[in-house]
Amino acid sequence: MPTGAILACHECDLLQHEVRLEPYGVARCHRCGAQLYRSRPHELDRVPAYILGAFILYVISNAFPVVGLSIGGELVQATLLGAVHGIYADGDWLVALLVLLTAVVAPFVQMIAMAWLLLSLRMGRAPKNFSKVFRVLAFVRPWGMVEVLMTGVLVALVKLARMAEVVPGIALWSLAGSMLLLAAAWAAFDPRLLWSKAGEAR
Amino acid sequence: MKPQAVTAARRGLLACHVCMLVSHPGRELDHVCCPRCGAALHVRKPDSIARTWAFLSAAIILYIPANVLPMTDVRTLFGNTEDTIMSGVVYLWTSGSWPLAVIVFVASIMVPMLKIMALVFLLVSVQMRSVWQPVQRTRLYRLIELVGRWSMLDIFVIAFLVALVQLRALATIKAGPAAACFGAVVVLTMCATLSFDPRLIWDPVEDDHG
Repeated sequence: MPTGAILACHECDLLQHEVRLEPYGVARCHRCGAQLYRSRPHELDRVPAYILGAFILYVISNAFPVVGLSIGGELVQATLLGAVHGIYADGDWLVALLVLLTAVVAPFVQMIAMAWLLLSLRMGRAPKNFSKVFRVLAFVRPWGMVEVLMTGVLVALVKLARMAEVVPGIALWSLAGSMLLLAAAWAAFDPRLLWSKAGEAR
Repeated sequence: MKPQAVTAARRGLLACHVCMLVSHPGRELDHVCCPRCGAALHVRKPDSIARTWAFLSAAIILYIPANVLPMTDVRTLFGNTEDTIMSGVVYLWTSGSWPLAVIVFVASIMVPMLKIMALVFLLVSVQMRSVWQPVQRTRLYRLIELVGRWSMLDIFVIAFLVALVQLRALATIKAGPAAACFGAVVVLTMCATLSFDPRLIWDPVEDDHG
């Protein structure tokens, strides 16, 4: 059933009418198949919950060692920031900066922006710079690479396992949890609803 | 004659890339802002083809040192070994951990190469105003958007290897000059993907159903 609103596909520019979706439905462009929007019930309850969980776990991931190596009774451990510092101390500041931005800064900015947008809407008001924060979120999204980082740590673990005894740290588990919660948050997220809610609250 | 597809551009409407609102730009066409969220509106991403080519050619140039120069430099009591991306994969394969060799091969060699080739193909086909298989080409774009980030894998692996293997006199691992080049290739191809506008694929297509 059409709602009267029109929208343009962001991948092929075709104009089409918005239709009302059943819960958890997805609307796709009828020409190119791009996902246009979707219905995600209880978005304002679920997404902040997932994001807060992911945020707490990500703080833990940054505060504790991710992996350790035990050689002859001596334990060498590495935290996320320790790894960044190690590369920086090696003189490879470009790689260090890249890891810092994609593994620490971008995920945190993304989580804080998302929590801020959804929590303030949940409390029934649209913050003044709502659209600015939303733009930051859209800009940062491709650069937050928590799941790639997780896989990278696992590959490093397996590589080192042949040289010495590997000791997984607390942060490895919290990183895995954070990755899953972040994926759940994105899956429960529908930006269109956010904009209509922001319009109502204004 | 086939019916013309009704796109926002043909109707003189602008779609906001931030909040998706479709609006009428009014009289002046420069510096139009979205009435709902205030983002700058453009019919297509500005200078999409030129920007994508620029990022892409820089990535192609850096792709050569990234593959030829050593990625890691391992110093042990028994001497130095320098590994390029490919020799690292070969080492993983011959030492028996072939699942890992496949993961690293796909993420560090196949994905960047196929991504560069796919973007060149998309750009050339758009510049020739090709109407061939627009749905498949849009899917190809969606795919590179999705998998491009996974090339960062090797950079994260190296970061943790360098941090952990600093065992005083026994062994050290240093990142080689290829690491920075490879990181730059990943960032540049991601920028190229982001500045490419998939709607350009559809602009020459007149038919409503592709």
